[in-house]
Amino acid sequence: MTKSELIAELSAANPHLLSRDVELIVATIFTEITAALARGERVELRGFGAFTVKRRDARTGRNPRTGEAVPVDEKAVPFFKAGKELRERVNHGKRTGEAG
Amino acid sequence: MNTVTRAHLTETIYTEVGLSRNESADLLETVLERMCRALEAGESVKISGFGTFSVRQKGRRIGRNPKTGVEVPILPRRVLVFRPSQVLKAHVNHTPPPAGDDE
Repeated sequence: MTKSELIAELSAANPHLLSRDVELIVATIFTEITAALARGERVELRGFGAFTVKRRDARTGRNPRTGEAVPVDEKAVPFFKAGKELRERVNHGKRTGEAG
Repeated sequence: MNTVTRAHLTETIYTEVGLSRNESADLLETVLERMCRALEAGESVKISGFGTFSVRQKGRRIGRNPKTGVEVPILPRRVLVFRPSQVLKAHVNHTPPPAGDDE
């Protein structure tokens, strides 16, 4: 599913809305999540999951082609952890054993 | 640290789009539910400029209870992974977005 397919599904399910508005709704959701993460905040949507920002320390990387050492700066990476409900739905409620 | 929730997103849709708060909340829920359904069906969800959610199949492996050291089988399962787009990564780092590619 792509963003445009998502918009098309929503439009079909909500014939009273202009497709322009449906596009705006979808854009608003992802723009707002992006903005929150850029502010260093976390976004928690129960049942769906949580978006957070993780810090990665500076390290010495290596150019895989030449083997040359290159410094990699400290950086932030967006991270998503699926919520319990979504995790179970994706796994179709299969038991995963007791480990972890 | 502040946490953004459904209530915040609903409020943003309400102010940006001008729907009622109720309808804004319903639409947010519908968006999340449609994404969940696609993922549940094993389909990837690709949101350009944001990232891709995909389902990965994991094989059976032997795990260990870290507390007791007892070996337990971890059954094959499907897990969700999120790959942020270059645009989202750039936003989080306050660096200029990459030209062209917005995956």
